[in-house]
Amino acid sequence: MSGSNAPHTIRTRIWLEEPEPDNPFATRAAYCRGYDVYGEMLGHARWSDMLYLLFKEEAPGKAQADLLDSLALALANPGPRDASVHAAMCGGVCGSSAASSLIAALAVGAGHLAGGREVFYAVSGWHQCGKDLAAWKNFFTSPKSTEADIWPEIDHPPGFDPYGVSTGLTVIQTLDCLAGYAVGSILPWLHANLQAMEALAGKPLALSGVAAAALAELGFSAQQSEMLFLLLRLPGAAAHALEQYPLGYKKFPFGTVELENDTQESTA
Amino acid sequence: MNGPELLKQHVGKLSSRMGTFYPGERVVYRGRDLLHELNDMDWLALYLYGITGKTFGQAEMKLLQAIWTYTSYPDVRLWNNRIAALAGSTRSTGTLGLAAALAVSEAEIYGGGVFRRAVVFLERSLRQMASGSDLETCVREEFAAHRSIAGYGRPLVNGDERIVPLLELAKRLGLNEGPHLKLAFEVEDFLLRGRWRMKMNYAALIAALGKDLGLSVDELCLFIFPLFLAGMPPGYIEARQRPEGTLYPIPCPDVTYDGQAKRPWHK
Repeated sequence: MSGSNAPHTIRTRIWLEEPEPDNPFATRAAYCRGYDVYGEMLGHARWSDMLYLLFKEEAPGKAQADLLDSLALALANPGPRDASVHAAMCGGVCGSSAASSLIAALAVGAGHLAGGREVFYAVSGWHQCGKDLAAWKNFFTSPKSTEADIWPEIDHPPGFDPYGVSTGLTVIQTLDCLAGYAVGSILPWLHANLQAMEALAGKPLALSGVAAAALAELGFSAQQSEMLFLLLRLPGAAAHALEQYPLGYKKFPFGTVELENDTQESTA
Repeated sequence: MNGPELLKQHVGKLSSRMGTFYPGERVVYRGRDLLHELNDMDWLALYLYGITGKTFGQAEMKLLQAIWTYTSYPDVRLWNNRIAALAGSTRSTGTLGLAAALAVSEAEIYGGGVFRRAVVFLERSLRQMASGSDLETCVREEFAAHRSIAGYGRPLVNGDERIVPLLELAKRLGLNEGPHLKLAFEVEDFLLRGRWRMKMNYAALIAALGKDLGLSVDELCLFIFPLFLAGMPPGYIEARQRPEGTLYPIPCPDVTYDGQAKRPWHK
């Protein structure tokens, strides 16, 4: 234990910093959950170990870190058709700042459609329903948000593709891979019961649904999962935003608008 | 039509009643010419027209503007304002700092989150009471659903310094007789008489006044988006003028660690 009782102190269970003897604002050693980050973890631990450790009290086992690694790879780039990446590209294409492109990706990628809030609800589903199909049936039909919620109403079963016709191959490939890590029983159960779950949802599984199952499998809460999902999708947004900058706005689709209520003729 | 067929219909084109611009020619804003028909409109009136499609009278606009003005607190201790100031301290841009600070203003205990609940509570209670329910039932249902009544009590202090000046203005403008405002005071009376001892705060007051002006829940939530904005630039500017990194610097010993004891990394 360290620290003082001054009113301006910050409390944390995650991070301990020891100061340099000549400067209390400079860090001599930093411990994450008790592990010496720069003295011992650096060069030995993986990114996924650190990511997991920031959210959980204990370091992950190998299978857990492997699963998180693969999930991170699957989520790293939603691709330029995804609305969150499109938002980042809107920043990049006209030379907005790097942070604003990432803020754009976070804001647009936060919602119920393939976004952080969808994962929040889908992970809540795993915590509430587990491997009980009857409970899932009830979950899919019960309202997820209320009129007093800052989030708009949810329009489709969380974790499933509202416009999907059949399960996308990339979704199946991700589920196949992640279910193979033998971390717990959620992913294998989803793998075995995919048809039944899709029948209950009335829609094919989406990548957000696989991510939610994996994050629940790793023991993350709905809130932790929402944060991680938002974080893990940022690399693609960043890369696509940067790629657009030298191409410029003339090579980026502008779309067309047809006014429904305009009586005046326009030439442009 | 549903599934991919619905999406295909929307590829690259948008059918809109809200507006568009014809480069080099004109801008249509909710059916009206922005640069010729709406060019004399105050910015706030335009913002509200964009949200509601309606224009408001002079008294209504004065009240709506005051709702924003009275929440322009230039105090960087407030969580959202602190973000703008921290951006100044770290020499980030003003826009990034203000945008992040506004985003954070949609919080559970203040700002957008609690405001939405306050509007919904007053709207629903008024409806229920018109159908024969009583105030106590409405309040108890809200407590059961949220463990608090949005718009009553405050995170730091009980009582709100903005209530009296805004009410006085509403009275001067003749806009203090609406049913939502009346209900908001009845709720306060009920809470003060009961064991809760909670006074009305600004969220309930502006929710009631906004509803009485005819704005919907969604319209009101968009209207209050810049509520705190004018309080943010002063903190950003001052932080930019101070030496970098001097806004609430934290020395290592001021972080109280109560997590796992030191242990070797074994993997």
